Amino acid sequence: MSGVDRPEQEPLRVSILAQRAYLIASIHTALDDEHFERFQKDLIDEIGRRRARGVIIDVAALDVLDSFGSRTLRDLGQVARLRGAETVVVGIQPEVAFAMVKFGINLNSMYTALDLEDGRSLLDELGGSGAELRSSGN
Amino acid sequence: MTSKKSDEARQAGEAQNGHDHLLAELVAHLRDNREHLREQWTGRITGARLLSAMTPEEIFSEATSIYDNYVEVLATGSTDALQHYARDLSERIIPRGVETEDVLNIVLLLRDVLARSLFEKYHQDFDLLNQVLDAYEPAANRIANMVAVSFVQERERVIRDQQEAIRELSTPVLQVRERLLILPIIGILDAARARQLTEQLLKAIRAHRAKVVVIDITGVPDVDEGVANSLVQTVDASKLMGASVIITGLSSEIAETLVTIGVDLSKMDTVGDLQEGIEEAERLLGYPTIRNDDVRG
Repeated sequence: MSGVDRPEQEPLRVSILAQRAYLIASIHTALDDEHFERFQKDLIDEIGRRRARGVIIDVAALDVLDSFGSRTLRDLGQVARLRGAETVVVGIQPEVAFAMVKFGINLNSMYTALDLEDGRSLLDELGGSGAELRSSGN
Repeated sequence: MTSKKSDEARQAGEAQNGHDHLLAELVAHLRDNREHLREQWTGRITGARLLSAMTPEEIFSEATSIYDNYVEVLATGSTDALQHYARDLSERIIPRGVETEDVLNIVLLLRDVLARSLFEKYHQDFDLLNQVLDAYEPAANRIANMVAVSFVQERERVIRDQQEAIRELSTPVLQVRERLLILPIIGILDAARARQLTEQLLKAIRAHRAKVVVIDITGVPDVDEGVANSLVQTVDASKLMGASVIITGLSSEIAETLVTIGVDLSKMDTVGDLQEGIEEAERLLGYPTIRNDDVRG
């Protein structure tokens, strides 16, 4: 397990942990647009470095997910897929989910799961258990 | 050397004094004849078959309180006590099915009974009678108005509470199996209810860690575009939380309507009835162990 944190920004906004073939990225506080972009870059670098098969993004701490944030997550999912990893967003709060559909924000084409545990089992289903070769398709 | 102005002021003051004086006399008269007038009033209430939901003793005791409060308002001009009493009375008698009409009629009867007794007392002196009525009528009308308004407000409050209760009752979220919820919707779905239902469902999804939700709309009489769209939103929001939704119980009429108004339900997983819905849900939940090939289609 190791983290990719950025010493120049005091509070750790996102932590990226590696667990076997999966990366677990937890967003701890609200991110502004710049943070989101940096997070995206870090995560994609890390996928390459770790040859990750799956990524779980935990947004449980967020009480809002706006259109920019969700687009970034969607883009991230697509880039990750091109690099060979499936992405699951977990921990969307009820209020956040409700607000998102009210404002027509969606995460179409992304996998979502209730929490970390469910996210892991979803990735297992999607790609065989992490270490094995992923069957193509979904 | 009295100026015109001070003359007028003095006259106005005298008129006011006279008015107050008359009102005081009036109140004294009503107090003196309390027994007799109250008797007459309750007689007319039972005669008109008002308040049939209450026993004669109850009517008598309420009538006494209303009478005393009424005279009190005339004496002091302050309606606080009567207002308080009216609200309290409404609270007690509304559940027993007393109608607004009854309450209004009772108060108007009292007004008439008292007015008649004033006629009787002052019929020799027409001018004085006029003045007494001038003092009496506005106050009496204000009282009647206030009692009626309190009653209606209380009724509205009861109705609001009941609506709230019906809402709560009508959207149960039930867990039938581990990670499987069913949400039977009965009755008309309006925007407010659809919203409340979605919120409740999303919270239940988290609380029960649900993976599949079956929404049964057999009991929804009519589905229009707004309802269909809110169902789509409910499905989307549930998906964001990692739960799949199966809609069951779309009647043929509703299905036809939806196609006609062009609502896109292609994203929705719909099956015929609740039984099939639960079977489908179990299949979805059983997937990780059974390993079917056609999941997440």
